[in-house]
Amino acid sequence: MFRNQYDTDVTTWSPAGRLFQVEYAMEAVKQGSAAIGLRSATHIVLATVNKATSELSSHQKKIFKVDDHIGVAIAGLTADGRVLSRYLRNECINHSFVYESPLPISRLVIQLADKAQVCTQRSWKRPYGVGLLVAGLDETGAHLYYNCPSGSYFEFQSIAIGSRSQAAKTYLERRFEGFEKYSREELIKDGLFAIKETLQGEKLTSAICTVAIVGVGEPFHVIDQQTIERVIESLDIGDEDAPPPAVAESAADEPTASQEPGTAPMDI
Amino acid sequence: MAGSYGSTLRYKNVERIKSIGKHTLLGASGEVSDFQEILRYLDELIIYDDMWDDGNSLGPKEVHNYLTRVMYNRRNKFDPLFNSLVVGGVKNGQKYLGMVGMIGTHYEDNHVATGFGNHLARPLMRAEWHEDMSFEEAVKLLEKCLLVLLYRDRSAINKFQIAKITEVGVTISEPYALKTFWGFLAFQNPTKGAEGSW
Repeated sequence: MFRNQYDTDVTTWSPAGRLFQVEYAMEAVKQGSAAIGLRSATHIVLATVNKATSELSSHQKKIFKVDDHIGVAIAGLTADGRVLSRYLRNECINHSFVYESPLPISRLVIQLADKAQVCTQRSWKRPYGVGLLVAGLDETGAHLYYNCPSGSYFEFQSIAIGSRSQAAKTYLERRFEGFEKYSREELIKDGLFAIKETLQGEKLTSAICTVAIVGVGEPFHVIDQQTIERVIESLDIGDEDAPPPAVAESAADEPTASQEPGTAPMDI
Repeated sequence: MAGSYGSTLRYKNVERIKSIGKHTLLGASGEVSDFQEILRYLDELIIYDDMWDDGNSLGPKEVHNYLTRVMYNRRNKFDPLFNSLVVGGVKNGQKYLGMVGMIGTHYEDNHVATGFGNHLARPLMRAEWHEDMSFEEAVKLLEKCLLVLLYRDRSAINKFQIAKITEVGVTISEPYALKTFWGFLAFQNPTKGAEGSW
């Protein structure tokens, strides 16, 4: 009668050592529209694809400012993403109140991961169906984390999540070695190129993406649509088959090990 | 180094300067038992901070603000901690010096003091402090202040500690006494010029 005996609640193991409900939650992240993040030594850029559910509706917000030094991009259930963003904002504001200093990114991410983990170990709960890219700057530098419904978290130089993110990931994997030295403009540029990869031929316009940035001397903010429009125009990346920019050439031809399937550490 | 039990200066050998974590020094006036409670809070704070083991640590600014919250929170419960605190430290090349009062009042300055020090020491420091003081100059100024406080506060005792904090670390001196001279004319008849005032 049941297709799968072991997926009726989160706390039940399958004999193969899997938790199906948790895997389904991670599947929800893959179904959500794409979000990407990339990091230099001083800046982090987050970019998302805006998908409206209907011709008549607007799209849902996928990037949230958490504090002046932290922002998140989400893929998956937007409702869960909002709840977690509110939690993150709360943690940040409480820390500012007590210590009058910004909360370190790594600690925020651990607290978030612990919150997600609890949902994988309680029969009356369900995992959050959202993946969060947490970008932030603190005294230890610029950081980009991916936080997964399973309660795992990973730090990245650059990462893409959500539907058709593999194409963007492949693009980023080809180029990430140069990111550390990138200027903020170059980061935005490559962010847009990576977003374009997930569109699979659809034209990239400033209406279809949201780009946000945080960095040294620059509090987290969403970059306004006109600016993005201008960047897209200047790069000619709106067009179907624009060549990648010149910087790509150095690293572009090298095949990388990380392109092999299954190497991305976000699987569990 | 006198420690108070209520308004009585009850103890003659109490260390009232402590180091908090790697980057902070704390000095306290007032009720010794309440200071010990504050130290317990801070011990817990620093231990929990260290347990993250992630390269982040609380600096003097964070400790100062935390103490401000603790003191103000207790005064809101109508159960204040009877202490005035001075907090100083260095972290990432940033110097920090601040003060917290027993009801949560707080400020930062280039020189701070508690209790009688606010009336007797700070005017001296205002006159003589300058940005590029050497350590020796600073100690000399502090000892001048302490001596005035010793002369003017009947319940002060001649036993002091001076502490230093730099990027390298903390040093707290052994207790020592200052050389005094009680033969000043002003000490012969202290109420002269204010006769009948008490």
